[in-house]
Amino acid sequence: MEITNYVVLACILFAIGATTVLLRRNAIVVFMGVELMLNATNLAFVTFARIHGDLTGQVLAFFVMVVAAAEVVVGLAIIVTIFRTRRSASVDDVNLLHG
Amino acid sequence: MTPDMAAMTTTDGEAFLFWVLAPLMVLAALGLLFVRRAVHAALCLVFVMVSLAIMYIASGAPFLGVVQVVVYTGAVMMLFLFVLMLVGVDASDSLTETIRGQRWIGLLLGLGLAVVLIGVVSRATFLPGTPLTENQVANPVGLARILFGDYVLAMETVGVLLVTAAMGALVLTHRRRLETKRTQRWVAEQRVKALAEGGTLTPLPAPGVYAQSNAMDTPALGPDGRPLEHSVSRVLRIRGQEKAAPASLVETRSAGQVSTVPAATPDGGEDS
Repeated sequence: MEITNYVVLACILFAIGATTVLLRRNAIVVFMGVELMLNATNLAFVTFARIHGDLTGQVLAFFVMVVAAAEVVVGLAIIVTIFRTRRSASVDDVNLLHG
Repeated sequence: MTPDMAAMTTTDGEAFLFWVLAPLMVLAALGLLFVRRAVHAALCLVFVMVSLAIMYIASGAPFLGVVQVVVYTGAVMMLFLFVLMLVGVDASDSLTETIRGQRWIGLLLGLGLAVVLIGVVSRATFLPGTPLTENQVANPVGLARILFGDYVLAMETVGVLLVTAAMGALVLTHRRRLETKRTQRWVAEQRVKALAEGGTLTPLPAPGVYAQSNAMDTPALGPDGRPLEHSVSRVLRIRGQEKAAPASLVETRSAGQVSTVPAATPDGGEDS
């Protein structure tokens, strides 16, 4: 099996994550789509590290994981705050904020 | 097999693992797109992440595989489930479209992105590189050398980022108490104040006609034999689930004596 199949899988997962972000209304599910995209890039990083025999790709994947963890913490805190004031986790309602 | 070829192909066992896992992963990822409930979407994502960890371990990144399980499925997804619990497990999507045609445009854009990415990857020729040596795969020491050698500044910055994120979460979810706390003294003083407008000092009478039924939804009878409407819980009254007091009891007791006691006002001080 070609190793590049892993990269193709990463592309498919990334596209599905992007579509999730575009289509879903629930802010938490949209966030999960972002996580899926980050995971897909990680898979691509690990595969490229394997192809080139260089561990730097794995280091970058590690950084992506750490930054994603920080992003999730802040993002979920924002969602909880919005839910508390608006009683809804739908992304459609957030545009009322600027009123 | 030449070393160049060895870098670009996998063993048969790994190919089997890939062809078993990859379709399941794509299915689970599609579940994220089509499943109605947010909890089910979270479970689909957990499956994708665990499968990714297995793939990392298979392709020579055991450290990342472990970190994937610990950080992503262990911490991040549990945080997601925790927030779902706070927001309400039933938080499912509304299916009404606010932007017309958003669904089709979104699907088209996603498909286009997939086609472009896969097209680029499948047409690209990768330079034949050197595969990871056994030593590089087996221990995370090489990873640590790069992490704390070339990328030490980035590592420090990431540490600062994590502390800032924790602080940010604390600040965002902290809520100041806007109204004063309801203490026992406050409740007592409110009742005394409400007395002038026809409130009651004492707690409201308990519901239920004890001789025949002691259910919450039947009003108690006053000393004059009339049912006391406000002895039934306000919620039951509003929802219309209140039952009438047993007719026989009301008639016999109110027929015997002429009532002089005025019925208590129904909207007296609410028992809290």
